[in-house]
Amino acid sequence: MSNPEAEPAAASSSSAALQDGPFIEDLRRQMIKFATLQLGNPHWAEDAVQEALAGAYKNAGAFRGHAALKTWVFAILKNKIADVLRQRERTVEVSALLREDESADEIAALFDERGFWRAAERPVGWRDPEQAVHDRQFWRVFETCLEALPPQWARVFMMRELIELTADEICDALGITAGNLHVTLHRARLRLRRCLERNWFAEEGKRPC
Amino acid sequence: MLSCNDATRLLSESQEQRLSFRERMRLTAHLMMCSGCKNFGKHLHVVREAARAYAAGEDERADRELS
Repeated sequence: MSNPEAEPAAASSSSAALQDGPFIEDLRRQMIKFATLQLGNPHWAEDAVQEALAGAYKNAGAFRGHAALKTWVFAILKNKIADVLRQRERTVEVSALLREDESADEIAALFDERGFWRAAERPVGWRDPEQAVHDRQFWRVFETCLEALPPQWARVFMMRELIELTADEICDALGITAGNLHVTLHRARLRLRRCLERNWFAEEGKRPC
Repeated sequence: MLSCNDATRLLSESQEQRLSFRERMRLTAHLMMCSGCKNFGKHLHVVREAARAYAAGEDERADRELS
């Protein structure tokens, strides 16, 4: 095969990703989920996603291939979300930071002073984890647990696990260090895991409701 | 011995990058003795699979199947 860079068709490869219907459909679905959870309002989420995708179409030359497009639109979407949040309430930032502090304390309380699980917090075996995806109630619990994360933890977690961006891409998009990323993901996973266990996966008798 | 806090941190990090040889050895030794962290490792995979299924619209399918 010849070098694709040298082909005349290479010029259109930047926009080929934009013409890939199923890919765009998946991307849009992921973006809506991400934005809805961040903004807590499906209409604002729709608007933000619409604008981010419109930006991608307008700047089709700025990226090459599917992965680059995905990174690119999520960078725009993240900024749109930040704009909406800023306009909405200045106090959001403060309460978000407070929540992050409280949540960090809760994480610290999972372990004793030597760093070992406290007996009540030690993860137990989960029943039928593969069945959960077919249960609509499970998804309610999943969403509730995601929404209960401090916003910055949720953002990083979603960029990593829903959008499947790489660690480097997330650090670039959010302007955080790799160390910060690892700490945030560790905390988010500890907390999300605990929430899912308490509200879904723990054995029947132990479920709180 | 690695604490559970450190072991869960390494388990989490291993989802982003390959751990060093030394980290892998210490983690393996810890997991042989700690059922809590062993469960934690399994749960991380379940959480990852669930997040991807969610992003792919599995929750909407579960809704439709019921209605």
